[in-house]
Amino acid sequence: MAVNAKTLNETEFFYGHKACAGCGGSLAVRIALKVLGERTISVLPAGCMSAVGFNFPQLCFGNNAIISTFAGTASMLTGVEAGLRAQGITDFHAVGFAGDGGTADIGLQALSGAIDRNDDILYICYDNEAYMNTGIQKSSLTPFGARTTTTPAGKNIHGNLTQKKNMFEIVAAHDIPYAATASVGYINDFMRKVEKAASIRGTKYIHVLAPCPTGWGIKTDETVEVAKEVVDCGLWYLAEYENGRFTLNHKPEKFTDIKDYLKKQSRFRHLTDDDIEIIKTSRNTKWEYIQKNFNE
Amino acid sequence: MAKKFLSGNEAFAYGVRFARPQVISAYPITPQTIVVEKLSEFVENGSLKAEFIHVESEHSALSCAMGASSVGARAFTATSSQGLLYMAECLPYAAGGRFPIVMMNANRSTALPWNIYGDQRDSLSQLDSGWIQAYAENAQEALDLALMSFYIAEHKNVSTPFMANLDGFVLTHTYEVVDVPTQEQADKFLPPFKTENKMSFEEPKNLGFSAGPDNNIIFKYKEHLGLLKAKAVIKEAETHFESIFGRQYTGLTESYRTEDADYLLITLGSISGLVREVVDRLREEGRKVGLLRLRYLRPFPDEEITAAVRKAKAVAVLEKDISFGNEGTVYTNVNSALHKAGINIPSSDYIGGLGGKNISDEEIEQIFTDLAQQRTGVHFIGIGGGQSGS
Repeated sequence: MAVNAKTLNETEFFYGHKACAGCGGSLAVRIALKVLGERTISVLPAGCMSAVGFNFPQLCFGNNAIISTFAGTASMLTGVEAGLRAQGITDFHAVGFAGDGGTADIGLQALSGAIDRNDDILYICYDNEAYMNTGIQKSSLTPFGARTTTTPAGKNIHGNLTQKKNMFEIVAAHDIPYAATASVGYINDFMRKVEKAASIRGTKYIHVLAPCPTGWGIKTDETVEVAKEVVDCGLWYLAEYENGRFTLNHKPEKFTDIKDYLKKQSRFRHLTDDDIEIIKTSRNTKWEYIQKNFNE
Repeated sequence: MAKKFLSGNEAFAYGVRFARPQVISAYPITPQTIVVEKLSEFVENGSLKAEFIHVESEHSALSCAMGASSVGARAFTATSSQGLLYMAECLPYAAGGRFPIVMMNANRSTALPWNIYGDQRDSLSQLDSGWIQAYAENAQEALDLALMSFYIAEHKNVSTPFMANLDGFVLTHTYEVVDVPTQEQADKFLPPFKTENKMSFEEPKNLGFSAGPDNNIIFKYKEHLGLLKAKAVIKEAETHFESIFGRQYTGLTESYRTEDADYLLITLGSISGLVREVVDRLREEGRKVGLLRLRYLRPFPDEEITAAVRKAKAVAVLEKDISFGNEGTVYTNVNSALHKAGINIPSSDYIGGLGGKNISDEEIEQIFTDLAQQRTGVHFIGIGGGQSGS
């Protein structure tokens, strides 16, 4: 039975933490743990969720959880899984929650190693599109044009110059048993994917877009709305990779206006019409690729 | 027991096998490779039941071992030189987490210049990482140390990771006759790993947390106490070991003809064998010389050193290490112990063997000759280098 709002576990496994109001990352962690349940061990690297959830003596995970080194989410998950299996314990989930920097930058090598070994772990990247814990610095998942504290928007340079790294397809290229993209704006889709991943043996990867009001410059009650809108305007997409095939889960009939999405966030407010045209073109190129290569 | 002709690496691998580690994670680096190759053979032929994880780096090797230890599994890894430095972030992490992982380090020089041969600058650069550090002299001690390291690291009073050092090539690749015990003997010596410092589904825990300015020092103090308590546990382990295997070890240090020695050389690792020969030869000539071998650098054997040196007229340290811009790290540690004990005799530091350069018996004899002349200072053996570039 698919998990939904009615059947979701009432127990809280991540509460009492000090995440910012409207934090998309903490919503992803909270919901994923409700789906995975009590027999779960979470590994979180240095980053927002560990910074807000593990301050001795205020420890905020109701089930087993440990902070790994920044680069070591996947490798520590491997050890946790192997250590339990070596003791004959097999009915559990080993899940990692790492941010975009912890996944696509410093943690990519360890993640690649774990997928290569096909370790029985679930790796969830909560992507808030910059190093938010250290104060909004650019990561390789920061989108084009975004203003961060290390990609300032001025007269000469309009924020970040690089495109968002394609983690989903990088992970899929390992021939991973299961990978998916998700958004906290489409929470039922995310829950379904966590539930599905939990039922598959081997390495699983879910990349969930999780807005950060503090870093994106949106209101704290706009997180879910913005996380929906990024999908609706086509700058993010909901898809799965399984058995060597890509599947698109949600196809907007007509994209909503990219400009509306961008301009409500202070990180994009400086963008010119030319900048927005570049973003639109790259969105269209991406969707041409998706329509050609993904099943619907 | 059976006699086998084994290299240091192979002997250590046997010791690890007898300790029944549940998770082994390792990445290859010369001259460590043979120990992990041997262990993977043991896993393949079924003589060792362990999860052998082919990690993609040394950082992941130790990160993986921490993950395994955090759920109560006995974990082992091995590395050397650049690999040790690459995983360096994980060393204080494992120590602070009180994960009693055992790691073999094949002592090797660090780049630049590139060099694969033995010196001890790799492990000594990590002396303050919170790990127990032991230095084996020969293949037999390597095997025995492998077995004892788990006992010591996992003891509830210690709960501290253990780095067992073997000199690269000179010890890791040299073949010797080794007494190999039986699994039954090993099982009698080493109980299965039990700890409360783990995540379990019966008692869920949050581990590896943050501790702010108010609490941090408490955790660090307890970590320090864990290392200090290892002193007694090392003795206990060796007594227990002797009762089963019949071989005796002498704690943090090993004294050789020190009782009435006027001139004492302090060193560590495989060079001790040659020093012992020189001591014997000079003793035959009537020269009152002795050797103190440091078997452990952490916990530091300050009491053993001062006891051995108290009656001497001069003391020197011979080490394969230099803390650039100062002196050898072992020398600094030894001098601190002597100073605290109020021992004020000439002391000197001899730095040699860097990048695997041979140290000859003539050079060791010269150190004893210098000692008799009350020479002090820091000296680079074999190149005539003095402390200040003179």
